[in-house]
Amino acid sequence: MSAIRLRRSLTTLSFLAPALIGIAVFFVYPLISAVYFSFTKFDLLSVPQWVGLDNYKRMADDPFLLQSVRNTLWMVAVFVPARIIGAIGLSMLLTQLRRGAGFFRTVFYLPALVPPVAATIAFVYLLKPGTGPVDHFLEKIGISGPLWFNSPTWAKPSLVLLGLWAIGDLMVIFLAAVLGVPESLYEAASLDGANAWHRFKSITLPSIRPVILFAAVTGVIYTLQYFDQAAVAGSIASGQATVGAGISQSFGYPEGSTFTYPLWLYTVGFRYNALGYANALAIALFVVALAVTVILMRRAKAFSGEES
Amino acid sequence: MTTLLEAPPAIADLPARKIKRQNRLAWIAKHSIAIVLVIMFLTPVIYLVLLSLMTSNQALTSDYWPNTWHPENYVKVFRSTPLPHYLLNTMIYAVSSTVLTLASSVPAAYALAKLKFRGRNALFLTIICVMMLPPQVVTVPLYLMWARYGLTGSLAPLIIPALFGDAFCIFLLRQFLLTIPSEYLDAARVDGCGEWRTLLRVVLPMARPGIAAAGLFQFFYCWNDYYGPLLYTSENENSWTLTLGLASFRTVHHVDWNLVTAATVLAMAPLIIIFFFAQRAFVQGITLTGFKG
Repeated sequence: MSAIRLRRSLTTLSFLAPALIGIAVFFVYPLISAVYFSFTKFDLLSVPQWVGLDNYKRMADDPFLLQSVRNTLWMVAVFVPARIIGAIGLSMLLTQLRRGAGFFRTVFYLPALVPPVAATIAFVYLLKPGTGPVDHFLEKIGISGPLWFNSPTWAKPSLVLLGLWAIGDLMVIFLAAVLGVPESLYEAASLDGANAWHRFKSITLPSIRPVILFAAVTGVIYTLQYFDQAAVAGSIASGQATVGAGISQSFGYPEGSTFTYPLWLYTVGFRYNALGYANALAIALFVVALAVTVILMRRAKAFSGEES
Repeated sequence: MTTLLEAPPAIADLPARKIKRQNRLAWIAKHSIAIVLVIMFLTPVIYLVLLSLMTSNQALTSDYWPNTWHPENYVKVFRSTPLPHYLLNTMIYAVSSTVLTLASSVPAAYALAKLKFRGRNALFLTIICVMMLPPQVVTVPLYLMWARYGLTGSLAPLIIPALFGDAFCIFLLRQFLLTIPSEYLDAARVDGCGEWRTLLRVVLPMARPGIAAAGLFQFFYCWNDYYGPLLYTSENENSWTLTLGLASFRTVHHVDWNLVTAATVLAMAPLIIIFFFAQRAFVQGITLTGFKG
């Protein structure tokens, strides 16, 4: 009897072995060493030296950290809701279109396929101050366009525009949720004389609430690691000679306005080689990301769809 | 409470013709909004394509339309820049990572979805945690690990982890495998199939759409990845991928915006082509990532 059970466990283990090794080597091990390193001081050439809480104390008066936290919080507060509202709006619109819904859905989805680096380059060019096509168009209708990626005020909103353009995957998730709302609920409400807005507010919104929570949590996590677009936009818009890893010289352009938390972490670690401090920043990021994930975990029942 | 017999006053008061006109107006309004949005969503891509067909001088102006058409820009960007090399590196990274990730993730996803074992829920929650972990958290220790083995500056740190499963891929495949009725598996077991044979002979053929979606996601992720290549390959230009090359392109070939945009179009074209061939698998995959409402 126990031989059979042993064999069964071994079979299960053979299925899971690669993933278990992967979790150990690429998650548990680096996480534990990051915690250890965060109490040390070292660079690529020196041996880690124990410094206790110094790295964490240093975070308290680091002006660049403060700036990057502010920028990341701004993105969390604007970028995440903007994308959720945009995605709900688009999916509601799609359900209303009887003719050509498939065509519209494909078009709205397409930009999500464009590699973020390529999309960022395209947007910096489209939004080029003065001569770019968008400013050119605005001028024609009598508006003097902003400096977009070259303005400290407009750089982050420009990144939000970029994120709204690539809204496709979120839209598909919301579309599936909206289409999943039973038609009978709407019919009953229509008979009760509810208008479109009422139907949306009292039927659609409550039905898709779990999806909104999911989108909010994953959106916050995504924003906490927002790196590519901010790095590339700063580099291209600044016009500085930045090649390969040299890109960190133009991080945050203009005036640190696109300087997000991951950019600061990368700069500390790989430009200044302050690896101990970089790990302290990483652990802080981990704690925040974990806290956000726990919110989702509490709803894990809706997540797992267990059969038994 | 309104009953079914009482017509709601808001509708009853309106003559039929007025309702019809209102509906038509709403129809026009909705489609107009949709068309304006289509223009806004497509403009950046169309503009990029037009720009890539201009002369380098015209690309510096604010023109929308090329005075003369220069499709040879695409040949030029291939001949005069390291683009083919970047493309090759990206292909190596994306193809090998996708194949290896699927091979290592499918069995794990199957075990999580269809086998009963102690700690299954804990493992699943751990995988969600890994999936949610911002890559920056473990960047420094992992970088040091790869540097210790002298593998930084190559594609190895990007490809080797694929041998050990990917959290998102496992998650997605598990969600898909849950939709396969267990009766099929039980039938195979009654016929004397071991678990591995059940997976290979029964589950794999049924799970093809899910595997396709997971593979597409992994391929697209690698193709678009910028952080990984920046971290591990930026010290050695021979290992640069397309994204890294593109981000540095403007400065190396700084006046030639037409070539920069041609390279940008070439970077996005394969993904759009793949999408049109595999649209269904794709949309289904995205829907699976959202959770059940």
